[in-house]
Amino acid sequence: MADIAVHAPDTGDHGHDDHGGHDDHGAHHTSTGLSNNKMAMWMFLGSECLLFGGLISTYMLYRGRHSENLGPDQIYDIPFTSVSSFVLLMSSLTMVLAVSAAAQDDDRNTNLWLTVTALLGATFVGGQVYEFTSFYQEGLGFTTSLFSSSFYTLTGFHGVHVTVGVIMLLATVGMVRRNRIPGQKSEVVELVGLYWHFVDIVWIIIFTLVYLIPS
Amino acid sequence: MAIIERPSSTPAVAGAGTAAPAVVTPSEAYGVFKRPVSSTGWRSWLFTVDHKKLGIMYGVAAMVFFLIGGLEALLIRAQLAGPEGTVLSADQYNQMFTMHATTMVFLFVMPMAAAFANYFVPLQIGARDVAFPRINAFGFWCFLFGGIFLNTSWFLGGGADGGWFMYQPNANALFSPSHGIDFWGLGLQITGIASLTGAINLIVTVLNMRAPGMKMMKMPIFTWMVLVVQFLLLFAIPVITVALFLLMFQREFGATFFDVSAGADPLLWQHLFWIFGHPEVYILVLPSFGIISEVLPVFSRKPLFGYRFVVFSGAAIGFLGWGVWAHHMFASGLGPVSVAVFSVATMLIAIPTGVKIFNWTLTMWGGKLQYTVAMLFAIGLVVQFTIGGLSGVTHAVAPSDTQQTDTYYIVAHFHYTIFGGAVLGLFAGFYYWWPKMFGKMLSERLGKWNFWVMVIGMNMTFGPMHIIGLQGQPRRMMNWTEARAGEGFFNLGFWNLVASIGSFILAVGVFLFIVNVWITTRKGAKAPLDPWDARSLEWMTASPPKEHNFDSIPTVHALDEFFHRKYEENHETGEVTKVSSAEEILAEMEANGDKHIHLPSPSYWPILLALGLPIMAYGLIYNLLLTVIGGVVVMLSMFGWALEPSVADDSDYDPPADNGGATKELATLG
Repeated sequence: MADIAVHAPDTGDHGHDDHGGHDDHGAHHTSTGLSNNKMAMWMFLGSECLLFGGLISTYMLYRGRHSENLGPDQIYDIPFTSVSSFVLLMSSLTMVLAVSAAAQDDDRNTNLWLTVTALLGATFVGGQVYEFTSFYQEGLGFTTSLFSSSFYTLTGFHGVHVTVGVIMLLATVGMVRRNRIPGQKSEVVELVGLYWHFVDIVWIIIFTLVYLIPS
Repeated sequence: MAIIERPSSTPAVAGAGTAAPAVVTPSEAYGVFKRPVSSTGWRSWLFTVDHKKLGIMYGVAAMVFFLIGGLEALLIRAQLAGPEGTVLSADQYNQMFTMHATTMVFLFVMPMAAAFANYFVPLQIGARDVAFPRINAFGFWCFLFGGIFLNTSWFLGGGADGGWFMYQPNANALFSPSHGIDFWGLGLQITGIASLTGAINLIVTVLNMRAPGMKMMKMPIFTWMVLVVQFLLLFAIPVITVALFLLMFQREFGATFFDVSAGADPLLWQHLFWIFGHPEVYILVLPSFGIISEVLPVFSRKPLFGYRFVVFSGAAIGFLGWGVWAHHMFASGLGPVSVAVFSVATMLIAIPTGVKIFNWTLTMWGGKLQYTVAMLFAIGLVVQFTIGGLSGVTHAVAPSDTQQTDTYYIVAHFHYTIFGGAVLGLFAGFYYWWPKMFGKMLSERLGKWNFWVMVIGMNMTFGPMHIIGLQGQPRRMMNWTEARAGEGFFNLGFWNLVASIGSFILAVGVFLFIVNVWITTRKGAKAPLDPWDARSLEWMTASPPKEHNFDSIPTVHALDEFFHRKYEENHETGEVTKVSSAEEILAEMEANGDKHIHLPSPSYWPILLALGLPIMAYGLIYNLLLTVIGGVVVMLSMFGWALEPSVADDSDYDPPADNGGATKELATLG
């Protein structure tokens, strides 16, 4: 599904409106004024809400179903996860800076902030890998209990989303550098930004529901 | 598709072979591959991004799956024709009803509706293509490869056998050890991608690419219903995606999400499935409602009665459809409050549906009815769907429903709604739009046979199931016994036989359609430009439409724009007179045609990307190495796609095109 996110920027309707004869008046010539790419990204993110909604519901249903000593209260390392959550939240700030630089057509700073965002995202994913490994060593495998299955599924799906986001960020950096972005550069960066902020917001919800609320 | 550059001096003539168009072949390599720009042969279909070609491919593929699903239904009915049937074993019978439902829902009705949506939504809103043509192509290939993947299970140990709802824990590896359910889950995951991408694409197309002047409340009703359906898909597909992932983790990786012995709650599956599953039934039927809302006004010679009511009741069905899913679960012990709430909500949804029935009836009221085949199918829908709707209301009453649960009465109900509603509507669409899509008329005479045989067949098949069901024959049982069949009018045996005979009559009806297509394709009369004296924009093009749909993008002033261009009302006498013919309107559009029309170019990447998905899926079942290979294909295709401009470079053509659009020769590429 993430493929949309990757392509959305370049599958614009060159030709439909740009050269359509009738509608040659400026950049915004869609019926609603919102660009096709941006609207598609919003639709996709709307759909993603339901995906995470389903996964979160599953976790909330099963989070109490585990053996005595391998439950949420025993296993979570809240200070550690708080730090990695902070890292992810900061990446939203750097993403905003990247979007702002792109809006000013400042390739150098765009790439700088995109790279920083990607690094912060990668740090978060690294933290998650560390977290999963240490849980596993404590005896919490994927199939250990209903709690563990639904925990790994929910946070794993989020981790995959962040990873896809990191790949998108790095790909955007490469494309900006080699000037291979079809269409409007600032919009492409903005679209990646929309996706990135969404993934961050989902993490705020997951962090609150999964880690902070005692079971 | 390709770039069409039109010189200002030479007005292009619609479909005429005045000057042999220069066929352009690829010359320079683009990236790894040469860009596919060929205009003829299989390549022009395989790599196309043209919404019309994709629509036709959707239609053909869905039709093939329809025949496969029909064959499965006939085997079921052959098994049940007499007592102690021996046509199928119990195991085969389970596979047959599971795959019949799955095929009909996911591989026939949904993609057939997608075929019409793809083909006609851009035409109805006056656009030259959808918003994301390559994603459109990607969606089609996902559907096709997902469907083929799903059906290969027949040859790899047997199809899925847990029912199309795949209730847990019955669908665990313990009770269903074959790979059938794995194929089912992964196959639907792939077709789900098709639905999701298609939904995003069509929503953006409808909201953003309407012709100037076409406000939302001036959109043709079919486009409206498609829009509602795409929103349903957008939010329903991710829910089934979650359910299918949980199922996959359970079956492939040993998780216990639905394993009661591990303390799990199998109702979780039911909730996730039906939160998707109930909007799904509106996803199936609303496109057909849209189709007949186009057909009925045309053949009643009246505008649609209460256009706004039809639009808003469609939207209301879309909203309410989210609050009724648990009526599929009345027998599962939800508790009295939930049951009462969902019972009332389910009755409420009958209101907007009833509004539509009234609107259709009042559209016909006082009209000059023309009983063409399309009209017959549309009236057939109104009648048959009403029967299904009424039995649906009896399910909304929870005490009555607990009696009917898992009996043939339910089977009767949903076949009246899905066959009598969705499928008859699709057939109305075939007969109505065939001349537009192929430039040839389907035979009306054969079509009437087609209609009557089908309608008689369907009533003989599904009508008796009401009786069988109320008598208590359970669904999904591979046989029935003479000893328990009962006596007299309510003898199960008699009605089972009637239903089985009916199903074969129904099959003959479908066969007549294929014959009709076959005959008219070979020697059918060329269709007039506007055979039905139609009302909406898609008829304001050539038949079949040119690659770029419209020579000039029309400016819309009214609902039923095309009708208003053809007819004028005398305000004093109220008389309506014809002021212009379709030919004249088209000639005028051609004379004012746009000089530069750029269409998106064909691409290898959509089909390649879609091809990676079933490879990954086979890998999940057999060997994870394959999954890695499929994943690499997917990744590479994504990057290839992202780096490819949507319009081919001039250097992709041979001879290389120069940039002076005005001097370029007319090149027809599609």
